[in-house]
Order: sequence, then C-alpha cells, then structure tokens
Amino acid sequence: MTLMTEMGQKAFNLGVPIAVHMDVTYRCNERCVHCYLDHDDHGEMTTAEIKDVLDQLAEAGVFFLTFSGGEVFMRRDFFEILEHARRLMFNVKIKTNGVMIHEEEARRIRDLDVDTIQISVYSHRPEVHDAITKLPHSFERTIKSIRFLREQGLRVTIANVMMTVNSADHLAVQKLAAELGAHYTLDPTITPMMDGDTSVLSLRIPGEELPEIFHNPALVGSQEEFCAPPKPPSEEDLESYSCSAGHSFCYISPYGEVFPCVQFPLPTGNIRQQKFLDIWNLSPQLQEVRSIQAKDLTVCSSCSHVGSCSRCPGLAYMEGSMRGPSTADCEKSFYRTGVPTANMLQQGLSRPRTISSNNAPLIQIRPIAVPA
Amino acid sequence: MPEDSIYIARSSAIAARALAGEMMVMKAADSTFFTMNEVATVIFQAADGRTPLREIVRDLVCEQFDVDPEQAQADAAQFVAELSSHGILLVSNQPLTAGASR
Repeated sequence: MTLMTEMGQKAFNLGVPIAVHMDVTYRCNERCVHCYLDHDDHGEMTTAEIKDVLDQLAEAGVFFLTFSGGEVFMRRDFFEILEHARRLMFNVKIKTNGVMIHEEEARRIRDLDVDTIQISVYSHRPEVHDAITKLPHSFERTIKSIRFLREQGLRVTIANVMMTVNSADHLAVQKLAAELGAHYTLDPTITPMMDGDTSVLSLRIPGEELPEIFHNPALVGSQEEFCAPPKPPSEEDLESYSCSAGHSFCYISPYGEVFPCVQFPLPTGNIRQQKFLDIWNLSPQLQEVRSIQAKDLTVCSSCSHVGSCSRCPGLAYMEGSMRGPSTADCEKSFYRTGVPTANMLQQGLSRPRTISSNNAPLIQIRPIAVPA
Repeated sequence: MPEDSIYIARSSAIAARALAGEMMVMKAADSTFFTMNEVATVIFQAADGRTPLREIVRDLVCEQFDVDPEQAQADAAQFVAELSSHGILLVSNQPLTAGASR
C-alpha cells in the first residue's frame, strides 16, 4: 500500500472529505455531442461564495481539489478562484478543453503550482475532434494549449472519451499523447443528460467492443490479472463499501449543491443554505450512502463478482436504487471475465442483452506505460 | 547559522493539509508525497517565517509534548534541514513570508 493510499484509507475510515470535485460553471465554449450538461447559467455561485466554500473545504480537511465544468475558463474570475485555492494549499487539478489557454495562461497556471491539467482530446484527426466539439479549429487550439502547458513543465493528462464516432482513433490519440509528453486516459462513459434525455447514449460504443479494450495490455496492464474470473467473495468483501463517494469524496455544483459524486445525483444539501460540514456530517442522504455495505446490496450481494466489480452506486441510483445493480458495471464485469453476473442470471441472460438505454459503462483506464 | 536566528516558512510550491493530526504534503514539481508526525506537524504549521525555530520548539513542541528541550531543538533542526532539502520549507536567517516563496 502506498503512503497516499494509506492516507486515503485513513480519510475514508475517519469520514474526512479528503477529495472534492467542484464544477465552477456549466457554461462552455464547446457543444460536445455527448455532453450531459445544460450550458445555461442558472445562478452560479459568485466569486465571494466560491472563496467562502473553499475556506470551508480547507477547514473540513479537503486536500485534493478538482476544478471542472463546463469550461472553467468561461469564468473571468477563474484565476482569482485558483489563486485563493492555492493560498489555502489545496492540491489542485483542472479539467478543461484548453481552448482558452495560451502562453500567458499556461505561465500563470505554472506559477500557481497546479498539480495536473486534464484536457479532452477526442481524436487525432482535426475534423473528427471538431465535429464532436462543434467548435471549428478546436483541435488546433487544444493541441496548442497542451504544448504551452508542457513547455511550462506542467503535467497534462489527455482524456479521450470513446464513443461510436471516434472509437477507431484511441490508439492514435494515445500515440499523440506520448508525442506531446502527456498522460493518457481512455473513458468510454457516456451519461444521460441532466434533464434525463437519453438520446446521447446512442453514442456509446457497443458492449461487444469492450473486450478489445480489456485485452489491450497497454491500457489494462496484466491481462491475466485484469480479466481473471472472480474469486469466491470473502467476509471482508461482503463488509466492504462501493467507493469513496460520500465517504471521503463529494461533488459540488456551480449552484452550491452537494452530491456524493459527480455521477451520483442524490441531493444532500446546498452550501448556500448550510455550512459544508453540516451537510457532510448531518445529511441523512450521505449517512445512508455511508451505511451501505456489499452484503446490503439487493442483487450484487449474491454475485460472484461482488469482490472485484467496480459497481458504481451513482449509476445504480440512476438506474433505480443505490442498493441495486448497475447494469453498466455488470456488462463490464462480464466482458472483462466472460462470467455472467447475478443481475444477468436473474434475468435469464447468459450475456448482456445489448447496451441498456438508461446508463453507461463506467470505465476509467490508465495505460501502464506513460510518457516521462 | 545560529539557531536563534533560523526562520522557517512553508514553500508556496506545495499542497498541504492535516489529517487527524498528521500533515500530508505534496510537492507540485514531482508529486512527491510526504506525511509528518504530530510533532513535525506542529513545527510545519508554525512555520510562518516570522517566529524563530528555537521559539517554535520551546513554546509549542516542548509545551505540547513530553520531550527533552535540547533533544527537541536538535531533532527540529534536523527535520528542518531535511524538509528544506526537499524544497518544502524555506530557511533563512532573516524573517520570511510564509507561502509566498518558491
């Protein structure tokens, strides 16, 4: 166990929110075809409100802070927010499309000692990337921004969302990332829009294509280990919790709403009405999330995958119950190992029906070999 | 450098937060991650660039922990030298501004 994992576990056990993801705006200069957000401003927190939230987060023990959106640089006060966050000594990561980052912005980000900048690149082909973002020349501007950031010695991660329209390009994007000296993350997650519209899910790659990803050592490391059939669950497995959502991690929206995770839309309180720590410590919803152990899960507790599945409670919640299965993760477990899940068997299926229409595979894979 | 005139300040090029009395520190340059025990955490938190190290040890460390003052001063000097070599603490014989320097 690394020192950082050890501290993460300690925070989990103590119920300290060691990591927070904060969207500072939902506004964006791109209109990505797969985006789940409504880009209108429905009353974002002001600069002063965000600074106050950051003060509260520091007091609550938050160490890892991710700023995202929307596009963070759509806020004219973003550098002011960033400066305040760094004065409070957060470890800061920024998720951006990079389009508004030029030499000057890259230098300011370096001067503020930001840990990592994650930038979305959908294809190595400009016409494909621009067709996805619907912003002409966005590929060129995004790649330029990565070069500016790398010239400042900053760590950049290229996030490649994989969907039907770019599924053939991921190896070339990975190669491009290596050329740029950036890390690479592949993410085939497409989620329904915030208003419940599921039309974007038609962009998801078919589950049948997942084995190709799961059997690529450059993405998953040891294939034998990653694709091994599940071991019989132990007592420890059954007493374990799903993930850090609500335990040591949470999400804050531009409107001050607090959720267990960016992908777990269970409202737990609003910072405009309550102190963050009151929400974190007293919210009945968060207490319920924290109470759920694997043995409490309605279907998954009897599943052979329960000890190794990456079941997302947020996707399960969106599917109907935070104690229920997440079909997307059932598909993932099946295509990873070839062994049907309890959820599938209960429905009389020996393999997933097809991609379901109300959820998305949750896969975050980092390649083992990353450029220096 | 005489210990009376050693001033220490936290570098601005780090992230830091206390977790249950233990300070977590990460260097921005290379993401190296450190943790400090409770005594080291007290010194780190008091590293405001204005209070001499000797005073920090005398007024905070020796007050809060059952330690021999001479040993505490020696250990603190060693600890400060180590963190300074990692760029986590800035050390000077003049007062410094905490968090304002790289």
